[in-house]
Amino acid sequence: MKRASRLIRNLSLGLKHVRLNALRSFLTMLGMVFGVGSVVAMLAVGEGASRKALEEIRMLGSSNIIVESLKPAADTAASQRSRFVNQYGLEYQDVLRITEAFSSVRQVVPVKIVRNVGRMGSRELELRLMGTTPQWFELFHRPLLAGRLLTERDLEQGSNVAVLTEFVARALLSMEEPLGGNIRIAGNAFKVVGILRSEGEGGLTPDKPNDVYVPLSVARGRFGDLSVRRSAGGREREMVELHQIIVQVASTEEVPSAALGIEAMLRRFHPKEDYRVRVPLALLRQAQETKRTFNVVLGSIAGVSLLVGGIGIMNIMLASVTERTREIGIRRAIGATQSQIVGQFLIETLVLSTTGGCIGILVGLLIPQLISSFADMPVLVTPWSLVLSLGISMAVGIVFGLYPAIKAARLDPIQALRYE
Amino acid sequence: MSAHRKEPTIRLEYLSKAYRSGEGKILALDKLSLTIEEGDFCAVMGPSGSGKSTLLNLIGCLDRPTSGRYLLKGGEVARLSDDDLSQVRLRNIGFIFQGFNLIPQLSVQENIELPLYYLETEPRAAAARAKDLAQMVGLSERLAHRPSQLSGGEQQRVAIARALAAEPDILLADEPTGNLDTGTGERIMELLLEQNRRGKTIIMVTHETDIAAYAQYRLQMRDGKIERWEGR
Ligand SMILES: Nc1ncnc2c1ncn2[C@@H]1O[C@H](COP(=O)(O)OP(=O)(O)O)[C@@H](O)[C@H]1O
Ligand SMILES: [Mg+2]
Repeated sequence: MKRASRLIRNLSLGLKHVRLNALRSFLTMLGMVFGVGSVVAMLAVGEGASRKALEEIRMLGSSNIIVESLKPAADTAASQRSRFVNQYGLEYQDVLRITEAFSSVRQVVPVKIVRNVGRMGSRELELRLMGTTPQWFELFHRPLLAGRLLTERDLEQGSNVAVLTEFVARALLSMEEPLGGNIRIAGNAFKVVGILRSEGEGGLTPDKPNDVYVPLSVARGRFGDLSVRRSAGGREREMVELHQIIVQVASTEEVPSAALGIEAMLRRFHPKEDYRVRVPLALLRQAQETKRTFNVVLGSIAGVSLLVGGIGIMNIMLASVTERTREIGIRRAIGATQSQIVGQFLIETLVLSTTGGCIGILVGLLIPQLISSFADMPVLVTPWSLVLSLGISMAVGIVFGLYPAIKAARLDPIQALRYE
Repeated sequence: MSAHRKEPTIRLEYLSKAYRSGEGKILALDKLSLTIEEGDFCAVMGPSGSGKSTLLNLIGCLDRPTSGRYLLKGGEVARLSDDDLSQVRLRNIGFIFQGFNLIPQLSVQENIELPLYYLETEPRAAAARAKDLAQMVGLSERLAHRPSQLSGGEQQRVAIARALAAEPDILLADEPTGNLDTGTGERIMELLLEQNRRGKTIIMVTHETDIAAYAQYRLQMRDGKIERWEGR
């Protein structure tokens, strides 16, 4: 009790001195304000980046490897010819090769993508047809809203069935009777058997809002591998068998080695570099890289500001000790011990530095808002980062307040009493 | 005679205090011996620079002697640590200065409470004691004021209240009326006399003979030595 009431009295005395010199105190605190502000901002950006990376990994699957077809650098002379067909990308053969070559592989899911317009009655919508196998839905868990997913039987029998995303369903179907209707795509009718919710808003998800899932065998049979696109220079003919192969390995630890193995194997069968291997896990490393960059930049700002702030506080406290030399002499004559004088000045420094720190936290809460609105970076302010910032401001107060406090306590009482 | 049986409150034996000054040394106190009994009221007189303040500071445990012995109620002070000296000042000694030495940022009440704060007295008890003391020195109405809002005489009365707060048995006053006019000074002396009647031992430095006349006896100093005693 005594200790508590004494602390409160010391605190109120500290606050009194801070208030008596309000402008001076405020200027002194500026360094702390920016320092602590940077710390809060730094932690928010770092936390945001890794949270986003983790979210993406969750969506892409941490044990997945995504292989994509990639249009190789164009052979311009050849592509000018009118009947030229640009043949590239992953092949049906690659699915078998990957499945057989790697024991760590658990699932291999091929995806064939066809872009076309879907019609239902008078409504139409640009669609992305995903010709795939039922395993796709095992790799990416998407909530089923109605009906069912694709099955092995659909694949074997080549059934003209389609699973829509909620977005496509809303755009094309009548809400009263969503299932069982037919949507027409390039002259083919597909029966709608299911509706699921896609995650396809962010840039990195494997799905998009306008996706329609059909059996791979059907996509292949109905649309073939040749696609023609009208472009500025005329018509562009492309021959692509598969657009994606998604490989799931047994455990996250095996992802890097499996990715290297797949890349090495594909290199043997694909003389052109017409594929790309993406590892979601690598995104985390990338995010950590971003985080590190930000940590270096903001950490330097924070470090310099805190140092400047700390020196400013020390300077003001040294001035305060000089100004109050007589007061120190009086207190010593009355019976204050050296450690009580140290305590008094340390608490005053702490009041100064933590007040600055608290203002800094407010500033630090604003900076991430600005960053996220200008730079489209995710930020996340966690409670522990605020606790840490408060701890840092107190530590700065103690570190830079100790010397002035000890100097005050070491004054000779008689000299201090005589001081004018 | 029985009072002489027991150990005197203050006993100084061959006490010296030397200050380094430039090339040489100044002997501010030169093998000074002195005993002061409990309840004495002693005035210390002498020309400027004769060592009066130095003597008072040593008795008040603000400083340590260069050589000699200082027994406070029979206990050797020279060997005490800095923290122990603080404790002695807090519990046994009350200082009253020529320049009042109140803390300007604190109110009258807070100034009076200061020793109680270091004694870790419970705040409500401390506040009550400060009120009693303010009443005793006739300043009940001024508790919330700042020292700068008071006259010199009032400030010195606050200082006396503060010196009494921790109930010390020795009061040390270094020219307590030096900054005051005669009438105000007499008021201060009445207060000190009253404290002496209640049993406090008082040692007061002054160079005014009519102020020194309030004391039981006087000692004259010169060059760090006691030149003569008067009235004992
Ligand atoms: N801190 C000090 N350093 C050096 N000399 C000092 C110090 N304090 C006092 N003196 C010297 O000691 C002598 C006695 O001083 P003081 O006790 O203050 O005399 P008084 O109070 O009788 O005027 C003087 O010559 C003074 O100059
Ligand atoms: Mg003097």
